[in-house]
This record gives sequence, structure tokens and C-alpha cells, in this order.
Amino acid sequence: MSLAWRDIRHNFGRFLLTCVGLSLLLGVVLSMIGIYRGLVEDALALVRGLGVDVWVVEADTRGPFAESSRIPGDSREAVARIRGVAAAGAITLQTVETLHGGRQLRLQLVGYQLGRPGGPASIAVGRGIARAHFELVADASSGLQPGELLRLGRDVYRVVGLTRGQVASGGDPVAFLTLRDAQALQFELAPPSARRERARGADPAASDTVNAVVARVSAHVAPTAVAADIRRWKHLQAMTQADQELLLTRSVVDRARKQIGLFTVILMMVSAVIIALIIYTMTMDKVREIATLKLIGAPDRTIVGLIVQQALALGLIGLGLGTALIFLVKDWFPRRVILSVEDAIALTAVVLVVCVLASGLGVRLALRIDPATALGS
Amino acid sequence: MRHADPLIELDSITKHFGEGEARVDALRGVSLTIAPGEVVGLLGPSGSGKTTLLNIIGCILEPSSGRMRLDGELLFDGRWQRADLRRLRLDKIGFIFQAHNLMPFLDAHDNVALVLHLAGQSGAEAAARADELLDYLQVGHRRRAMPASLSGGEAQRVAIARALANRPRIILADEPTAALDSERAGIVMDLLRRLAREQEAAIVVVTHDEKIFPRLDRMFMLRDGRLVDGGARP
Ligand SMILES: Nc1ncnc2c1ncn2[C@@H]1O[C@H](COP(=O)(O)OP(=O)(O)OP(=O)(O)O)[C@@H](O)[C@H]1O
Ligand SMILES: [Mg+2]
Repeated sequence: MSLAWRDIRHNFGRFLLTCVGLSLLLGVVLSMIGIYRGLVEDALALVRGLGVDVWVVEADTRGPFAESSRIPGDSREAVARIRGVAAAGAITLQTVETLHGGRQLRLQLVGYQLGRPGGPASIAVGRGIARAHFELVADASSGLQPGELLRLGRDVYRVVGLTRGQVASGGDPVAFLTLRDAQALQFELAPPSARRERARGADPAASDTVNAVVARVSAHVAPTAVAADIRRWKHLQAMTQADQELLLTRSVVDRARKQIGLFTVILMMVSAVIIALIIYTMTMDKVREIATLKLIGAPDRTIVGLIVQQALALGLIGLGLGTALIFLVKDWFPRRVILSVEDAIALTAVVLVVCVLASGLGVRLALRIDPATALGS
Repeated sequence: MRHADPLIELDSITKHFGEGEARVDALRGVSLTIAPGEVVGLLGPSGSGKTTLLNIIGCILEPSSGRMRLDGELLFDGRWQRADLRRLRLDKIGFIFQAHNLMPFLDAHDNVALVLHLAGQSGAEAAARADELLDYLQVGHRRRAMPASLSGGEAQRVAIARALANRPRIILADEPTAALDSERAGIVMDLLRRLAREQEAAIVVVTHDEKIFPRLDRMFMLRDGRLVDGGARP
């Protein structure tokens, strides 16, 4: 016969209400972790989405995401000739803001060369870019639909396909277009400025600038070796996919991690204090019953069990409700919230430990209760 | 009086609380013996030491000096002679309270079964024994009722069933009839008398209730921590 469960059942409404209150708190803890996971995932989504092995950028920079990088477009040919490189493609990156359907739409544009690395790894809806100009593949999170027209700069693009989960580290949806279109958008000046520049004798060929060259290596070739070769021979910075991910995690995510981590710890501490107070109050309400149990000869183990089991039930039910709640609302968050089973298990373990520790106060009180108090009226 | 070995033997038990100015001598050398089958009353004005004495016999309060034997076992001789007093209480002593002190979250049956579980009985065994006791105390029909829905008399009878569950040889009751009307009080006292006879138990009842005096075998009168009337028949 479980005294803890019987007591809970006897005051079920009150217990459930307490659990619901706690579930909101633990739900916030879980969503903080989910927001952090989403942040990391988003930050790496674009880098991973291209599915390449080596990133080549301007010398002495940590581009193209953490720092800006500009290299000549013909660097691609040089990289493609390196031993072990299976395919290489030039890409440009830029952020644009445009008006669409009456609202401001921010996009992370990726210009790539058709048939070369740097394009979308998979198309969820519609098709990939087939024509050399004015076609766009956008991420579904932009709200764009296949067939829609979108004005970028001086030209109008047609959305031909959608990707999923492709966002930039800031959360902006990614849109792919051809390298030529992207270069025109990024580097070509409006006609009056262009005339002025030409009058100054500037070289129009300088518009063949890209932000990075990405490459896939042949089977059984180590990306680190290829990256080292490129660094040695081409006076360009080259890093592997793993380096690039690490760089992004460090530069973009690290501070957010500390911020969210600290906040999560504070929330866990608040939860611990609240659980301790709830358990203490629940124990206070049972002083007479506990004194009676001691008087009739129940061992301490029975009394400690009563309190600790209730603390654990409180924590687990609260966490369960909190998880369900966050699961239901997570898609309404403006940025991605990722709930992973591992995190849920880890949080469960932490909550269990916190519950046991938090019940210490109640247990202390219970063990000090004088059995003689049961005899009074 | 029977000629069996006494169940409760107190020899010069004293108890004081506090020291110096604040010292209160609650018991100043109490000696008494109670035999199996006896129902004795503990009487006295407020503050005379009745509850203190009952707590000492119940092993929840340590005497300051003296010797105490329960069921032949020397339990106190200047200090406790045994570590697991709780187990002793579970097996040998039944408590009946002024308020019934039932667990509010357990029904009548499970309140009784609880002490059987604590003593290590299996579920089916304990359930059968609890049913038997509730029937014996004529509250069997209320076995699934929660304490809050029991009348005062019913609750007290369930509490008595709980006190009897482990067949204790010593039953201690502090004002067991205070919450009952005189008819109910009479029924409870008759029941305790019958139990004392049938189970060869010693029953100590602290009471102010004159109506139950005729149902006591002997009465001990306490005044200022001393027995002034060492067990007169009422
Ligand atoms: N824990 C304690 N600390 C200090 N003094 C105590 C304590 N318990 C009892 N006393 C004192 O010991 C004396 C005897 O108390 P006890 O409770 O035994 O009296 P009682 O006969 O049961 O009285 P009542 O009829 O009012 O219940 C009283 O003077 C009381 O104030
Ligand atoms: Mg008293």
C-alpha cells in the first residue's frame, strides 16, 4: 500500500493544480533548452545544407559566415584542379530585404553555379533551378509558394521550388539563385553609378567576385589534406566542413549558449526552491499523521518514503505536463524549438535529483516530529 | 487480581522537564504494576502528570530515572535498554487517541491494514485480519468509508481496531471517550474490558470521565507527579 499515492489521491485536485503550476516552470526550462538547440541547428543549417567538404575563402579571414570574404571568381578553377577535389563551385552570400505581399521579407541569398556544389541539397516542393536567370528556390519558412513572383533589386524572380529547414544563423530563410543573378544583384551598380565608375576607368570585370568556393573531395581523400594543399599553393584560406561548423558554433552560438545556459540554471534553482517549499508545506499539513505513524511504530523509511515519493511524483508529473505543453506550442515560437529525447531524459534526471534534494527540508521536518504530538487533542 | 506475571511494571519512575528555575518535576517516583486482563484508569487534576506517565509507558518519552519492564522485558534502567523502540511499539503496544488520529487518506479498512503491513504481514493476510477486526467492532459495513465520513463513534471503533491489529498486550488510551456521548463511551469501555479479558492485555486509560469509572478494574490517582491512591477499586 503506497501511502504517498493514497495521500495524493485523497487531495487529487490540489495536487494536480500544484503539478500544473510546476509544469509551467519546467516547461519553460525545457523550452529554453529547445530554443538553444534550435539556435545551434539554425546556425549550422546552411553550412550543413550545402553538403560540401571544403570551404575556400579569402586569405586570413574566417569567412564566409563569421567574417566577410571576397575572392575572384576564377579561384574556382584553381581549386577544381587541386588533387583530390571531385567538384568545386563558387558561391555568393548576401542578405536582402524586399517587400512581398505587403510585408517585409528578409532572405539570405545564396548564389551558386548550376550543376556544381553550393546549391540546395534537396528540394521539398517543386523543382530546382533549371534556367540561367530569374529563378529562385526559397526555404518554406519564407512563406513563399512555388509559382510566386518576387522582386529583387531591378529584376523579378519566379519561385520554382522550396527547401525545408534552410535558414541562416540569424534565422532568416535561405533562397538560392544562380551565381550570375546573385552577382548582378550584389556587385553590379545601378546604371547611373555604373556610368560614373566606368568614367573613372574602373574595371567592369571586377564584378566576377564571389564570397567562397566550396568543394567536394573524391572518395577516400581526407578533406584536411585537400584544405592544407589549397592553403599552401593558392594563397587562399581553406577549411574543412568540420572547421567551418566549429567556427560558426564558436562565433555565433557561444554567447547564446552561455546566456541560455545560465538562465536555465537559474530556472532550475528556482524550481528546486519551489519544489522544496511545496514539499515542506505538504509535510507541514501532515504533521499529525506523521506523528501518529511514528507513534504506532512505523519506521523512518516509511515516513521518508512518503515524502520523497510525493516529491518525485510532483516532479515527474510536472515535467510530463510541461513537456506536453511545450510540445503543443513549440511551433508557435518565432524561431525553431527543438525538443530532443536526449534533452528530455537529461532534464528528467536533473528533476529527479532536484526533487530528492528538495524533499530534504520536508524530510528533516518529518524526522523531527515528536510522536507524542499525536496524543494531544 | 490475577496471578499471572505483570505486563507493566514501573519502579520509582521520575521525569522532569527543563533545569534550574525552569525545572518542572512532572513525575516524582511512580511505582505500579498492572497485570494481564486488567483495565485501569489514570486520574488526576490537569498538570498532574497523566500524559507524561502514559508517554513513558508507551516508550515515546524517556524517563529521568527509575526502572520499567514491559511484558517481562527490562526496557529502562537509568537509560533505554533497547534501540528499536518503534518496533516494540508496533508489536506490543496499541494506542487509542482522544481524536481518532486515523490516516485521512486511507479508508477504514486500510487504516487497520496499514499497521499489519508495517509489521510485515502480506496483503491478503492483512486484509482478512482487518475485515475480521472491523466486523468484531461492528463497523464492517463501513470498511470502505473514508475517516471524514465516519461518525465519531464509528471512527473511534476503527481506531480501536487499528490499535488491536497486531494483538498488542498493552493498550494505552488517552481520553478515548472524550469525543463520544455517554452511551457510545459505555460501549467503547465495555469493548475494551472484553478485549482485556479475551486477549490477556493490560489497558491503561487516562480519563476525566466519571461515567466510565464503574467500568475500570482499578484507578490510579496522580497528584503533583505522585500516586496518591495506588490502585483502589472504584
Ligand atoms: N514537554 C514538556 N516540557 C515541559 N514541561 C512539560 C512537558 N510536558 C509536560 N510538562 C509539564 O509536566 C507536568 C505534567 O504534564 P502532563 O501533560 O503529564 O499533565 P496531565 O496530567 O496530562 O494534564 P492534563 O490533564 O491537562 O492533560 C505539567 O506541569 C506540564 O506543564
Ligand atoms: Mg494530558
